[in-house]
Amino acid sequence: MADDYQPPALPSPFTHTKPAPILLAQGAEAHVYKTVSLDPSIPAALKIRPSKPYRHPILDRKLTRQRIIQEARCLVKLVREGVKVPAVLALDWEGQGGDEAGWGGAWLMMEWIEGPVVRVVLEKWEAWMKVNRSSLDATRISQEEARVRGLIRRMGSAIAGLHKAGVVHGDLTTSNLMLRTEQVEGETLSMDGEVVLIDFGLASQSTQDEDRAVDLYVLERAIGSTHPLSEPFFEELLIGYKEGNKGATSTLRRLEDVRLRGRKRSMLG
Amino acid sequence: MTMAPLETINLPHLPAELPVFVALYRNVENAEFLRQQLLAGNTEYEYALIDASMVLSRTHAITAIFRAVNDYLNNRLKSRNVHSEIVFSFLAANNIADSFRKFGIADTTKDLLVVKVPVSPEITHDSVATHLEASIKGTSVKFDDQILSEISDMAKIKKVYKLGALPTPGAKQASGTPDDANRRLELSVVGAIALRGS
Repeated sequence: MADDYQPPALPSPFTHTKPAPILLAQGAEAHVYKTVSLDPSIPAALKIRPSKPYRHPILDRKLTRQRIIQEARCLVKLVREGVKVPAVLALDWEGQGGDEAGWGGAWLMMEWIEGPVVRVVLEKWEAWMKVNRSSLDATRISQEEARVRGLIRRMGSAIAGLHKAGVVHGDLTTSNLMLRTEQVEGETLSMDGEVVLIDFGLASQSTQDEDRAVDLYVLERAIGSTHPLSEPFFEELLIGYKEGNKGATSTLRRLEDVRLRGRKRSMLG
Repeated sequence: MTMAPLETINLPHLPAELPVFVALYRNVENAEFLRQQLLAGNTEYEYALIDASMVLSRTHAITAIFRAVNDYLNNRLKSRNVHSEIVFSFLAANNIADSFRKFGIADTTKDLLVVKVPVSPEITHDSVATHLEASIKGTSVKFDDQILSEISDMAKIKKVYKLGALPTPGAKQASGTPDDANRRLELSVVGAIALRGS
C-alpha cells in the first residue's frame, strides 16, 4: 500500500518545476514538499492543501482558501514581529491546475529551515541516556540534563514571543519546533541553535489566556507522552515563557485550570 | 564605461519558455517621455517601468514579478496586461492606480527598473535589448543587491508597506545585526506581496 501511494497531482505552476518537488510529509490536510525558492540556489518548503474530492467543490475551495490564508497571515505577522518562524515566500489560495477538475489545491511556499525537529533531538538524547546513564558520573549526568534544560527553556521563550505577537499555535508538539543548526550526524545531537516554530496550519490570532494556556498544556502533554526522560524539565519551559513574556502570570494561572479539566472546556453549565 | 547587458531570468517553477528580461538603469534622462508612451498606450513601450528607488532588493522585485507572471498564467490578471500587473504586484493593497503612483515610473524618476515578459514569440532577448538601447537615455547597471542598496529609499519603502516599526537596516541595532534587520524587512515585504488580495 505504502509503495504504490501516489500523491495528488501538483497544482500549477509546480508541474513545471525542475527538479520536481520532493514529498517530505503528508498529513490529513496538507502535503509538504522540499523544492527551491524563487532563487534556484535557495531551498524552500512547499505546503500544498490538495482538493478533497469527497467535499462539495464550492465548500472545499472556500475552506481550503480560508485555512491557507489564515496560516499565511499568522506567519507574515510573526516575521514582522521578529518571531522565529518560516517566512512566506509566495502563496496561491486559488490553486489552479493539477487534476482535470482544474483545481489542484492551494499552496504556500515558505523559507526552508535547516535542522532537526526537537522531537528527534530529544528522542536521540533519551535513547543515548538510557544506554549510557549507568556509566556516567553525577557531574556528567547533570551536564547532560543542563543541556536539555537549556533547550526546553529556549522553547519556552520562543513560545512567549509567539504569544506576545498575538498568535497561538493550536498544535504545539515537539514535532512543530525545530532547532536551526548545522548538525553533524551522530547518535546524539547538538542542542545549540535557534528554536523555530513551524506548522501554523491550526494557528489563529488570539491574545486570550485560555488559548495561550491550551498551547502550553498541549505541549506539556506531548512532552509527557513522547519524552518521558525530559518531562521532569518541563518547569524550565515555564521559566523561559515567563522570562519572555511579562504578562505570563495570568496565562500560567489559567494553565493550572486547564490541567485540571483538559484541553476542552466543559460543555456543562 | 561598459554597459550591463539585459539580463534573462528563468524563474524557478515557471515554464522555461517564459523567462523574464530585466534591466536596471541609473541617471535616466527621459522618464517623462517613457511615461507618456505608457499613458498613450504605445504598445512598443509595453514594459513594467518601476521606480527603482522603491525596490529593496533583487528578491523583492522577483517576488512581485513571480506573482504577476503566475497570475498571468492562470488567467487572473487584475490589470491590463502582465507588465502593468508587475507594477501592481509591488503593492500590498488592491489599488492599481495607487500601485502606479507608488512604484511606477514618474516624470522625475532617475533610477529605473525595466521588466519585459515575452508573451508573444516576436519578443526576444535581442529585440528587447535593441529597443531598450534605443529608447532609454540612461546608464544600464547590473541588477544586483549591491547597486539596489545604493538606490533604494528605505524610509519610503517602509512607509508604503506600513513597516515603520521595524528596525532600519544599517542603523545601529539594540539587538541583532544589520543583516537581521535587512532580512526581516525583506521577508516582511515579500510576505505582504504574497498576501495581497487575501
